[in-house]
Amino acid sequence: MNAPTIIPDFVNRRSFIELDARARAQSLFDEGTWKELAGPFDRIESPWLAKQGITPQSDDGCIVIKGKIGGSPAVAIAFEGAFQGGSVGEVSGAKMTAALDLATKDSRAGRPTAAVLLLETGGVRLQEANLGLAAVAEIISSALALRQHAPVITIVAGTVGCFGGMSLVAGVSSYTIMTREARLGLNGPEVIEQESGIDEFDSSDRTLIWAIHGGEQRVGMGLADSLVEDDAGEMTSAVCDCVRKGVPEKHRTEQVELYRARIAALDTSSQIDPATLRQQWADPQGGVR
Amino acid sequence: MEKIEFNYPEAKRLITKRAHVGVVGSGDMEVLLEPNSGEGARVFITTSVNGFGDAWKAVFNRFFSKFDGAVRIHINDAGATPGSVLLRLEQAVEVIEQ
Amino acid sequence: MKEQIGLRGKAWFKALTGSDTPKNGDPNSVLATTAAVGNESALFLCVVPDKDSRFPCVRDGQVGLEEAFALASHIRAAIAEDHDKPREAKRPIIAIVDVKSQAYGRREETAGIFFAAATSADAYASARMAGHPVISLVAGHAFSGGFLTHGYQANRILAFDDDGIVIHAMHKEAAARITRRSVAELEKLGHEIAPMSYDVRDYAKLGLLFKLLHADDPQHPASNEVAEVRKAIREAIADARRGKLDLSNRWESDAAKETRKGTLAVRAALEAQWFNE
Repeated sequence: MNAPTIIPDFVNRRSFIELDARARAQSLFDEGTWKELAGPFDRIESPWLAKQGITPQSDDGCIVIKGKIGGSPAVAIAFEGAFQGGSVGEVSGAKMTAALDLATKDSRAGRPTAAVLLLETGGVRLQEANLGLAAVAEIISSALALRQHAPVITIVAGTVGCFGGMSLVAGVSSYTIMTREARLGLNGPEVIEQESGIDEFDSSDRTLIWAIHGGEQRVGMGLADSLVEDDAGEMTSAVCDCVRKGVPEKHRTEQVELYRARIAALDTSSQIDPATLRQQWADPQGGVR
Repeated sequence: MEKIEFNYPEAKRLITKRAHVGVVGSGDMEVLLEPNSGEGARVFITTSVNGFGDAWKAVFNRFFSKFDGAVRIHINDAGATPGSVLLRLEQAVEVIEQ
Repeated sequence: MKEQIGLRGKAWFKALTGSDTPKNGDPNSVLATTAAVGNESALFLCVVPDKDSRFPCVRDGQVGLEEAFALASHIRAAIAEDHDKPREAKRPIIAIVDVKSQAYGRREETAGIFFAAATSADAYASARMAGHPVISLVAGHAFSGGFLTHGYQANRILAFDDDGIVIHAMHKEAAARITRRSVAELEKLGHEIAPMSYDVRDYAKLGLLFKLLHADDPQHPASNEVAEVRKAIREAIADARRGKLDLSNRWESDAAKETRKGTLAVRAALEAQWFNE
């Protein structure tokens, strides 16, 4: 008799984080149901980068894929973290806004179309400054319009994380899925150290960074919905669940008085302990996979 | 910023597929490879690293010494090494020859 | 011009509403009041500096946690009160914007300022989508997360035209540091690349503004200037009521046809390819 072979989990695991943005977006869809829109061969590039000696990318670092997820119509829009830090420029921002608007149009016409936003981004692309910032405002608006009809699902997987104005997009989403490696916040540690000093935030303290911005903390304190292992199959499964659940009865950002009261109850005389905050704010339904 | 163009009129084999590989990260590049509408092959390079025209020429001479497809190649480069360039081109060829 | 931040906003809030004291229950950094515009009542909102804020990182007029939730609270109350009114009767919401930035603090990050900001942006957008005309008057600085939280979801944006008005993604010094250029180089780039400029007259070329306004002494509004601004606000409200509930007017403006060609190309391509099954 042969002894059974024990195969460690990690052998079969397919890392989601190691995939580039295009592969991540593609991996979410039902096989054979997807196509890319305004892709590289359309060459809609940034009109602003070459003037500054920066090589543009053929898709401006934003990938739009339309198809079916769990049998339902969906569109995925992914920022490529390796191009200009995933930052939002005029074109990449417009791709996300336009895709959200088309999903809303379809949804209003009776074909609810969910949107999955893969946010690896440091925020606004400084080389396009005001057009990047305007694009973020427009994305926020379009996400809010779609979420009335179909779920807006944000994935923050790492390694770039989701910072800057795009963190507000995560905030207004119907569901936010994170990995442990991922981070979500308005200002990254370096920016805080730069603006408010090293005592306010030591950006070399990795433990502190993940204690505040990390996926486990955000899910634990109820500001994100699911914590997923770094595995493409698990990620797809988590997204399918959200598509199936549909539009939540009430979105988190509509619960103003609940959160206003929580902020009022904070003791600001010293720094806030993340673990304590997690206990105080824990959502009993926060899902860990 | 430099824009560089090369022509390889001897590369005449009919190609029907297209391929896109790579990301324009620091030290990296992307390749868009597709059938050329006219005869021969044409290469269009946009690079943020100036002064390497000869190196690019050498890389493409080498590439087209083995590949004879009538293709249009667009490259967006942010400082890839010649070795990486060849690798990306080979990846693209793999996709279209599948 | 550091002393000016937040003071212009407060001055214009007072000039337009007669009030400059916060409401009970609000932090001292948020001014909210109902005041007349034309022959209707509007909700006016402003974020101002509070040197004694219990959050150390908002004392210079940054938009922080309390500010975001106070704004959201007032806006949602207005939405609820006007819920059954027809579109033309929904009260206007006027954001007076003069904010240094978002708050850069550990307390803020820990307690999820990204989410607080989202809540305020949601409230403003929800008001707009419910038919309230939402108008922003940029009376000073409007940076990044601060502007996204308070003002950038408006139907129509007004701004003064002088050097004290800066709308941008990041302060010059920080932007220079991150993009590894000198401040002088950054300013030069701004002359060639409109979206990077710190000059509000270049910002106006992007097609996002309804109107540029003028005031001789920004911190001391003259009565004729206040009258002009009131008139512009009324025009903006009327224009908003005639238009759509989304932000499409921004990229459909005449100026955008010149400066946002990339945006328009994207929208056309996606529309063309979306339905092609």
